[in-house]
Amino acid sequence: MNPAFSVIFFTVVSGTGYGLLFLLGIMLAFDPSSLGRNEALLALGVGATFVVAGLLSSTLHLGQPQRAWRALSQWRSSWLSREGVASLASFVPIFALAWCLWRSADEALLRGLGALLAVLAIITVACTARIYTCLKTIPAWHNAYVLPGYLLLGALGGACWSWLIGEWIGGARAQPTLIVTLAIASSALKFAYWRFIDTSPPTSTPESATGLGRFGRVRSVEAPHTEENYLTQEMGFVLARKHAGRLRAICLGLIGAIPVLLAMAMLFSPLAANAIFACIAALSVTAGLFVERWLFFAEAKHVVMLYYGGAQTQRA
Amino acid sequence: MTMLPPPTRKKLGLVIDLDICVGCHACAVACKEWNDGGEFGPLPDENPYGAEPLGVWFNRVHTYEIEPKEENKPAMTVHFPRSCLHCETPDCVTVCPTGASYKRAEDGIVLVDEDKCIGCKLCSWACPYGAREYSEVRGVMQKCTLCVDRIYNESFDEVDRQPACVMACPTRARHFGDLGDADSTVSNLVAERGGYDLMPEIGYQPVNKYLPPRQRRDGCGSAPTKTAQDEKVDFSTSPLLRWMDKVLSR
Repeated sequence: MNPAFSVIFFTVVSGTGYGLLFLLGIMLAFDPSSLGRNEALLALGVGATFVVAGLLSSTLHLGQPQRAWRALSQWRSSWLSREGVASLASFVPIFALAWCLWRSADEALLRGLGALLAVLAIITVACTARIYTCLKTIPAWHNAYVLPGYLLLGALGGACWSWLIGEWIGGARAQPTLIVTLAIASSALKFAYWRFIDTSPPTSTPESATGLGRFGRVRSVEAPHTEENYLTQEMGFVLARKHAGRLRAICLGLIGAIPVLLAMAMLFSPLAANAIFACIAALSVTAGLFVERWLFFAEAKHVVMLYYGGAQTQRA
Repeated sequence: MTMLPPPTRKKLGLVIDLDICVGCHACAVACKEWNDGGEFGPLPDENPYGAEPLGVWFNRVHTYEIEPKEENKPAMTVHFPRSCLHCETPDCVTVCPTGASYKRAEDGIVLVDEDKCIGCKLCSWACPYGAREYSEVRGVMQKCTLCVDRIYNESFDEVDRQPACVMACPTRARHFGDLGDADSTVSNLVAERGGYDLMPEIGYQPVNKYLPPRQRRDGCGSAPTKTAQDEKVDFSTSPLLRWMDKVLSR
């Protein structure tokens, strides 16, 4: 699949934003007093900014962005629509929390709104993932690895930014165990996902696509058009696969090894260096998520390409 | 509304005979011509007279070669028109966030309401058959309409109320009708010839059916050829031919 930058930016940035909002919501729900007012407000502001930036970016790839509001109407059947609704709904606790934190409202109210924010953050990211996992036409997306991947990677990105915000405000209440756990779990899941897409047999073949398998092996000898068309441009993206191996290693380094090392180093370092560690971790994981998401699109093969010559669609 | 309607009684669709399609692309061209000016047009091209033209077509004709399973069987060349199959349970309808993509309850035709489409392209991702093509020029998704603006058009003579591709086919490889009616001509064709679904494993239950080509006769294309034998014409039977052979052989 053609990796459109606006969609990659959207899923990474809003996923990270919701990860951050999820962790904030959890902390508020369980122990509101553990968070300073400024730290909570800053985390809320950064999270909401990421989410808004992501949502705005997602409208950039639309052909008719002025009609984007219509996308809220079909929540009964469409995961894209559900995601839009869930995402809008999450702004209710975001604005309410901002108001309550500002006015130093009652603890019970903060707990309730925090819990609501955490739940809506999970629902929204899960809806984003379901947009992709519901497509039977793309086996690399239609599997059980994708949804947990979106949730874990969102949480990892959020945890790193949460760490950075804590250091920035001077809260100094970092969570090295959380970051180490999330980084290792995310890396393991991505590793398993790549193994899965590399080894799973194709669900469809040129023979099933044409129904001509009863006669023998089907080979395309002439395409319907001499130039590209929408299908070959959108679904026939092959550029990335050549470098997939190297990019996967880079991704695991950025989302796995680097944050783990930095979080461990934090335990043994003087306090002054922690802000720098947190900054590097947040940037590293965010960059790693861009690589991961780019691969997620670029490596995914659409069954329609079977009509354009089966050999291209076999894994290289 | 992008919820699917309850199973439709009437299932309008096409039956495509791969045995006699000659791959002339007349269906694709007639489709482009009709729909460019029809109710769902235009079908604009980008850079139409340039080096790399790009544009929306609702119908595409592929050509495949089939390497036979058994060694002494002849290879086959099959021309393969590909367009929307107006599936009974297609995800291209349900994934649409706006209600632009819909399946008609009255006859099962799958259409795009171009005034509601936001051009998110998700429906084209959901289609395994490549039936939907996005128009960069118009910013909306476009697809085969089964010539809904022809088949119900009362200003046409009855015989002309058929999709443009069916009207244009010079070998009558394309048939239009109600596949929900077990007694219709198209349903009989499917029953007689073993009409089948494309990619049944995806589970969209296509309405359009394809009729398989017949197995080619053994020995075609393998040496020694008949042509070589034809060279040795027996002139001895007719005095006239014998005389001509003599004269022309001088």
